[in-house]
Amino acid sequence: MSIAAMFSNPVITSIVVKALVVGVFVSLCASLLGVSLVLKRYSMIGDGLSHVGFGAIAIATALNLQQEYTLEISVPIVVVAAFCILRLSEHSKIKGDAAIALLSTSAIAVGSLIYEKAGTGSSGDMCSSLFGNTSILNITNKDLLLSLALSVVVLVLFGAFYNRIFSITFDENFGQATGIRVGTYKMLIAILTAITIVLGMRMLGTVMISGMIIFPALTSMRVCKSFRAVILCSAVVSVICFVFGFFTASLLGLRTGPTVITVDLMAFLLFSVAGRLTGKG
Amino acid sequence: MALITVNQASFAYDGRCVAQGLDFQVDTGDYLCIVGENGSGKSTLMKGILGIKKPFSGEIIFGGGLQQREIGYLPQQTVIQRDFPASVQEVVLSGCLSDKEFRPFYTAKNKKTAMFTMKKLHIDYLAKHCFRELSEGQKQRVLLARALCATEKLLLLDEPTAGLDPLATVDLYRVIDEINREGITVIMVSHDMSAAVTYAKHILHMHYKPLFYGTKEDYVSSSVGKLFTEGGIA
Repeated sequence: MSIAAMFSNPVITSIVVKALVVGVFVSLCASLLGVSLVLKRYSMIGDGLSHVGFGAIAIATALNLQQEYTLEISVPIVVVAAFCILRLSEHSKIKGDAAIALLSTSAIAVGSLIYEKAGTGSSGDMCSSLFGNTSILNITNKDLLLSLALSVVVLVLFGAFYNRIFSITFDENFGQATGIRVGTYKMLIAILTAITIVLGMRMLGTVMISGMIIFPALTSMRVCKSFRAVILCSAVVSVICFVFGFFTASLLGLRTGPTVITVDLMAFLLFSVAGRLTGKG
Repeated sequence: MALITVNQASFAYDGRCVAQGLDFQVDTGDYLCIVGENGSGKSTLMKGILGIKKPFSGEIIFGGGLQQREIGYLPQQTVIQRDFPASVQEVVLSGCLSDKEFRPFYTAKNKKTAMFTMKKLHIDYLAKHCFRELSEGQKQRVLLARALCATEKLLLLDEPTAGLDPLATVDLYRVIDEINREGITVIMVSHDMSAAVTYAKHILHMHYKPLFYGTKEDYVSSSVGKLFTEGGIA
């Protein structure tokens, strides 16, 4: 579809605008949370949660074929998973990365079984939830409002706790000593991440969404020297890459998720080179 | 006046006792050095003082208007900090955070305190620099400035000179000594025996239980002290 075609028909325009708005908000949330996750060596949490998201979509699909309540079903499942991953990685005998690998593969396995048995039966369904739709996702007004509301919650909480998130990301021990409730804030980050993943995964695909969390942070860390600069740069890079990827995908008839992540990869390479050249990377 | 009174405290992990018979007090203006081998219970005691680990028995009492959350803590550096993009100012300011009264952003007073401690430690010219690009000695000064933002009374230092070259080590000890002379109480956990007997006023030698607690002078002439100070390193 050409850009002109996207905006010539009011019905199509409304679909494009809705998808674009949700995508931009999700990119913003993902990029902000990503900085903390990457620095805290928690990148795999995003990955694990998105795989749980795949399982959640499978369950939602099995429960209602119109996919009317996908968000309502997925959000609690993934939030509970976020809670479990943090608990598992800190308190159990199965440590961090192993716990996450366990959870992701289990979710994918169970999810794909549900798709085969209870889904519409076409493999296109499963492929779409893994890698995102080929066409622009048609978002209902209800989902649009819910997505916007949740994104705003994520952004507001991130803003309100920004300094505390910095403190526990940089030095958990010190934060704990000065009486910052480290456990609470870690849980907050995990829950906000879970919400962001669910909001983004239908458009970008469950395998691709974690890239959207880690890429902008890693990209800006190539050149930025302060936490604030990394946060701002990530947000800008993330939104630009999404918008560029979104239109490129529509123009060439590609899947949105992989296209956006490929654009993110190119930005990363570009920034790496820039970092090397300026001697900061 | 006793800032901290440790009263017959013991600590345990999973029911296994790692430190016991701890009974000492730290007065205002004191400089206590806690020495001992790895795994002797030093770090556990420190966590107890910070309130991260609850005593299994006994108690730790705070006096002299000191709250547990007002301890300026200098932890050991972590792997995460090695490539962390943060400016010196951001790091120092984070010492001003507390959950006692929730404010999302730093106040003008916080910023003044941060600037004041940076000036005091002569790192104000580094304020906009990137933390990961500093020398090890400068990094410790930055983390010390952050600790000073969190306290007016007590500093708790965990192996502050680990990984520093000899020059930076002497330099940091001098700074800590100066801070102590200005009236801030210092508790330092260290392997460095020679520094302990040079700078500390009191020494606590740990080995699951206190082997020695008393003044530096008594320690040097005690049998435990002789054994360890002559070896140089605990």
